[in-house]
Amino acid sequence: MRILKMQEKYLEVFLESLDKFGTLYGPVKRRGVLTFDKVEDLKEVELGGGHPMIPLKKLFHPKKFTMLHFNERGFYPDYSMIERRVVLGVHPCEIHGLLKLDDIFLKEPVDPYYAGLRKNTAIIGFSCLPTENSLCNATGTDIVEEGFDLFFVDLDEFYLVWVGSSLGHDMIYEREEFFEEDVKHEDIQKYLQWREKRNKMFKHDFDFRSMPDVMELSHDSEVWDYFAEKCLSCGQCSMVCPTCNCYNVTDVFDVTNESVGRRERVWDSCMFVDYSLVSGNHNFRAKRADRLKLWYTHKLKSFGDEYGQPGCVGCGRCVDTCPVDINVLTVAEALTAREVPKH
Amino acid sequence: MNVSEQIENPYLPEAARIVRHYDLIKDHRFFQIRHLDMGKAMSFTYQPGQFIMVSIPGVGEAPFSISSTPSRPGILELGVRKIGKMTEAFFQKRDNDIIYIRGPYGNGFKVDQMVNKDIIIVAGGLGVIPLRSILYYVLDNRDQFGRVFFMYGARNPNEILFRNEFFQLKERDDIECLYTVDKADETWTENVGVVTKLFKHLPDIDPRNATAVVCGPPVMYKFVIDEFLKLKIPKNQIQLSLERRMKCGVGKCGHCALDHLYTCNDGPVFTYWDTLHFRELI
Repeated sequence: MRILKMQEKYLEVFLESLDKFGTLYGPVKRRGVLTFDKVEDLKEVELGGGHPMIPLKKLFHPKKFTMLHFNERGFYPDYSMIERRVVLGVHPCEIHGLLKLDDIFLKEPVDPYYAGLRKNTAIIGFSCLPTENSLCNATGTDIVEEGFDLFFVDLDEFYLVWVGSSLGHDMIYEREEFFEEDVKHEDIQKYLQWREKRNKMFKHDFDFRSMPDVMELSHDSEVWDYFAEKCLSCGQCSMVCPTCNCYNVTDVFDVTNESVGRRERVWDSCMFVDYSLVSGNHNFRAKRADRLKLWYTHKLKSFGDEYGQPGCVGCGRCVDTCPVDINVLTVAEALTAREVPKH
Repeated sequence: MNVSEQIENPYLPEAARIVRHYDLIKDHRFFQIRHLDMGKAMSFTYQPGQFIMVSIPGVGEAPFSISSTPSRPGILELGVRKIGKMTEAFFQKRDNDIIYIRGPYGNGFKVDQMVNKDIIIVAGGLGVIPLRSILYYVLDNRDQFGRVFFMYGARNPNEILFRNEFFQLKERDDIECLYTVDKADETWTENVGVVTKLFKHLPDIDPRNATAVVCGPPVMYKFVIDEFLKLKIPKNQIQLSLERRMKCGVGKCGHCALDHLYTCNDGPVFTYWDTLHFRELI
């Protein structure tokens, strides 16, 4: 892959120039919460900071949108939300999350909403430092090799810039004068020092590689009952997880008309009690332990298909968010040690 | 925007006309439907055991098993039990009314592995609706299969679906039909008891040359499978058709997840061998 060097002082001007490739989005504070949103002013973007509370999936698999309209003559797709966008400040775990969602939504039959948003959106990745609960070193998602157009690694006075796509190359081409081809030996040293420094900053470590087997072996473990006892079924873990893709679909009539309306898609969570409820009131997962097991099967064992990788990208949001400390780390640790957390 | 418009929208239902409907039993209705677009109606094909998503605008969308056989093309048949908002709206529909459908979805029964074998079909209650598809498929291609045994149980005689059709089948000599009800009344001349009690009426079966399909209420599977295993039918020759909540039908919405699989894409037909690997199946 092509790697270039850019002095720190050019960053803002360069990012501003990207608006000709689409509307700029990035992590910005809205009502005190960091979130991916339209950028009003580049100064408000937090490029290498903490994780937005809601992951990048919200820009590709929106929380709620109209899929179809209907009237007396039938159903019609609504693609009006699709626009050309450039998302700034995307961290490696977010990119890994998108790659996993690609496995679901771009697999045949392709989801035209996700595909439309994905194909019209450039990803400008940005390096970050571990947060309090980052696990990406353990899940192998701290480095990213694909899924971005440009990726900036912040080495203080300059950036190393990975060019990941033809579109990324076009972006560079716009402001060629900012970029140096000649990455020197001392720059490589700086990069390696940065990696070493970053690697030492992780506060958690866990070997997730054996988790698919541990999950298989733990189907009847009493550990699930322990967590089920605590779980509030609030679904926050699903909302903040970059790889939770589940959604519900509902029809809504327009207020003014009895035969005109829309079919909406809205995020759902397998933690909710009615998630597997079928007509006649038969609930295939009435027990909270069974719902937890499904969630963790997808995160720690296999996601998407039989030979798929676990879904967890190590962002640590479930560790930050769950009000009763049920998260990939506490669950994986309890299943491995065969004992429930002491505290 | 162009990208999305170039992709065929898999969620976009197409208009279909209700050609005919009649009540099977109380709160259970039979619908014959056909795509409004004649080209589509003629070209539409499917496998026994597959399902379609039916939309009623403003009410919603839900999966329904196809009860007809692809060996009789042109018309799709559904058996619907009135049990919730969606099916209540469905029951409001009359002949010539329009509903919206998409599909077919799911894997269907593994017909290839059934060829030349003795076929044992076991249905409980509403489970007979998808099994009627494979039953008629087998009968329409009768020379491709060995002996055919069709066992069907319901709670009482008033809950036997397709009663006329299925009793007419008893007159054929190329299929053995065994019917039972949990509780008989004075009109009932067939067996009494749960469906597993019918197994004693089967003649000798060579398990290496037999294949079984089963569909019914969740509680039934374990007991029927035990009977198949007593007959020594291989685990991968026992096919089950499963019900799950579904919102998309195409492996995106997550609701029908079973372990790491999706009932809509990887099922709804699973073999008993599959079910041993993911234990939350039934």
